[in-house]
Amino acid sequence: MAALPDAEKLCAQLVRALQGVVGPSTAMVGIHTGGAWVAERLHAALALKFPLGLLDPAFYRDDYAKQGLAKDPKRSKIPFDVEGKDLLLVDDVLYTGRTVRAAMNELFDYGRPASIALVVLAERDGRQLPVCAQHAGARVEVPAGMRLRLRRDAEGRLSLELERAA
Amino acid sequence: MRLLIKGGRVVDPASGRDALGDVFVADGRIAQPVGTPDRTLDARGLVVAPGFIDLAARLREPGYEYKATLESEMEAAVAGGVTSLACPPDTDPPLDEPGLVDMLRRRAKALSRARVYPVGALTVKLAGKQLTEMAELTESGCVAFSQANVALADTQVLWRALQYAATFGFPVWLRAEDAWLARGGVAHDGEVATRLGLAGIPAFAETIALAQLLELVRATGARVHVCRISSAAGVAMLRRAKHDGLPLTCDVGIHHLHLSEMDLGYFDSHCRLEPPLRSRRDREALAAALADGTIDCAVSDHTPVDEDQKLLPFGEAEPGATGLELLLPLALKWGMEMKLTLAQTLARITSGPARILGVASGRIEPGAPGDLVLFDPDAAWRATSAALKSQGKNTPFLGMELAGRVRATVVDGHVVHEA
Amino acid sequence: MPRNPQLNGNGELQHLLSIEGLPREILVKILDAAESFVGVTERDIKKVPLLRGKSVFNLFFEGSTRTRTTFEIAAKRLSADVINLNVAASSTAKGESLLDTVANLSAMQADIFVVRHGSSGAPFLVARHVKPHEHVINAGDGRHAHPTQGLLDLYTIRHYKKEFGGLVVAIVGDVLHSRVARSLIHGLTTLGVPEVRVIGPQTLIPAGASALGVRVFHSMREGLKDADVVVMLRLQNERMSGALLPSAQEFNKHYGLSLEKLALARPDAIVMHPGPMNRGVEIDSSVADGPHSVILPQVTFGISVRMAVMSMVAGGG
Repeated sequence: MAALPDAEKLCAQLVRALQGVVGPSTAMVGIHTGGAWVAERLHAALALKFPLGLLDPAFYRDDYAKQGLAKDPKRSKIPFDVEGKDLLLVDDVLYTGRTVRAAMNELFDYGRPASIALVVLAERDGRQLPVCAQHAGARVEVPAGMRLRLRRDAEGRLSLELERAA
Repeated sequence: MRLLIKGGRVVDPASGRDALGDVFVADGRIAQPVGTPDRTLDARGLVVAPGFIDLAARLREPGYEYKATLESEMEAAVAGGVTSLACPPDTDPPLDEPGLVDMLRRRAKALSRARVYPVGALTVKLAGKQLTEMAELTESGCVAFSQANVALADTQVLWRALQYAATFGFPVWLRAEDAWLARGGVAHDGEVATRLGLAGIPAFAETIALAQLLELVRATGARVHVCRISSAAGVAMLRRAKHDGLPLTCDVGIHHLHLSEMDLGYFDSHCRLEPPLRSRRDREALAAALADGTIDCAVSDHTPVDEDQKLLPFGEAEPGATGLELLLPLALKWGMEMKLTLAQTLARITSGPARILGVASGRIEPGAPGDLVLFDPDAAWRATSAALKSQGKNTPFLGMELAGRVRATVVDGHVVHEA
Repeated sequence: MPRNPQLNGNGELQHLLSIEGLPREILVKILDAAESFVGVTERDIKKVPLLRGKSVFNLFFEGSTRTRTTFEIAAKRLSADVINLNVAASSTAKGESLLDTVANLSAMQADIFVVRHGSSGAPFLVARHVKPHEHVINAGDGRHAHPTQGLLDLYTIRHYKKEFGGLVVAIVGDVLHSRVARSLIHGLTTLGVPEVRVIGPQTLIPAGASALGVRVFHSMREGLKDADVVVMLRLQNERMSGALLPSAQEFNKHYGLSLEKLALARPDAIVMHPGPMNRGVEIDSSVADGPHSVILPQVTFGISVRMAVMSMVAGGG
């Protein structure tokens, strides 16, 4: 099995890719928790005008009936007016697409953005919805029964890891 | 009719006898064996004791036939080994007229189960205003007079009622509960009622009424039996009063020997009783007082309640528990806890209440009425709705396993129940 | 003691009947979830699809427009369908029993019953008789409990004081008849508040109060000293004059919260009241509208707390 890509390098790569698309109405929203870590890096590096927004789409998930309320839902915070913005929606790993669906639903409850582009650190197979990333750092093969996770250590360094799916 | 009960462990609390042997019953009375018996009951492995005497069992007739009928409750009585029972006057209408008492006795007699001793109402409609015709009622069969659970708030009337009863020597059976202090209350005014937000009945609702009653007994010389004492403080007062020589007797509800306010759990309406289950300390005092003789006997306080009336929020649920069939197992459980002999334990539901009732039963000796019970003290059974003969399935012990099963009940020399 | 009927086999919240007996972790989880719902209530579109398609039956056997409305708003913000039943005026008047009413509504596919009843313990009875997928939330039963009010009080205290350790909380007034007080006391002791006090005349303090883990005071001067949080209880009109109290005026003089009495508490003390207030009886307007009062934020937090409770019970904990 190939080694997992270095998350720090992927971040840098994404920054380079995004520098070309940032405009005056560009704003960024990170999805809790891993997406928020990535978004913090990108947001700082790109020096965006609007403050970073954070989203926990726990209340919009479609697995609530099966799983119940997420363990520890975080408070969503969008400190700018969503109306008319070109949004960069940031997550760590794109898998089924359900989280992105929930996040977009929540975003529209804040207002009507001009556009949304999806930015992910890594994507893997297994899409269950017609969702694709406009900017993906890497494509990773994930063996059956495993899941890909982003971790952040005490020094704030990001790394990708494989772990057994629950 | 001659009945031979053979090879049982004969326990006679009145004499203290506890030995293997036979009991012979001829023409409704215990007798020396003569001639060939018409029937022989094999009592090997069983205890043979006098039939139990219960000073408080509601049969719900007349008036509350939807809760229970005389048929169902008389079956329950003999299934529980109860051969004599006194029924309180809180029927509908209350037992305040000779005609009603007469009818009840005749109906009960026709069923040929346990002996029924009606307790007449002390005041008309139990309303606490006008005395009933106690002499008439006594002639029609009332053995005592009572207010059941309806407090007599007017002390003037209470005083006069005791004077009048004392004049003729009629026994008066009263609960000690101050009507005003108990008003609106549904549980013991303590820790649990505070936690559950239930309106409380303080223990001093009992002691204040008891103090009043004791003074009136001193003043009138009435023969008073105090029903369903519930608090440690009440027990202490009775102990003193008896020591002072007042002519008092006293009983306790069998549930109060085992349960306390803690058993209310999450609003278990089966634990809604009158008087309320009090603290653990009160329960311990009651159990000890019954053992040391301060309390003379235990009663089932049998109160069948239909299920709908228990499927209500605690405070709205009808108070009371079914008890006739639990009297033996709960008495045995108490006796074990107090480390008493079987004879001592059974005395509280045989010879003890017999003395208060003034009847010759409750003992096994030649000439005594042929009222007997055969039971297996160790047989375990589960108190389920199906197992209970009473129409009332309302018991805090529902679904629990209890030890002590009646195998046969004999009333007046006839076998009226076998299991 | 039988198993706590509020929790399912996995120890998750199945019903919310009382704060008593709930483990600390569940209380904290409710407060945390409520915090994230506060974010939702601050948006333009104050609605999330969490309980879409679920039916919430507001079953009020005792009238209370305020409490019913807060549950209704909370349910609607979770996208649930809300059916309000003023049972006090309908079925019970026709002699239908509590359980019959519930069985009837259950046949209409309910998911959550929000029950208010005048008798202590009524929601426990309902919870024992609903189907496994149905949930019961106690919206106030007799004198027993008002757990969502208790939780919103806890939320408010945490919001302003951050931590529960080290706090002195004084609950003042008619504790005897107060389900709010009982719920709050259990919550505070579970979350580790070291000193919970109740203050009132003997007639309004229940017999077993100290068994609840509180200190009983009969004087405001002593009881309010160094308090971080002062919770004033509502005094019902019918109890203002009679055998419990001689008059509202005399109660106000001794136990009403005035600026002068509030000065005995810590300078940064907060003042709470479950509402509706009797101004000039248990609380003076100068306090109710003053800088220490957090009475209106309580109402706002109440919506989020009820959203959190509904989404936790309906989502299996």
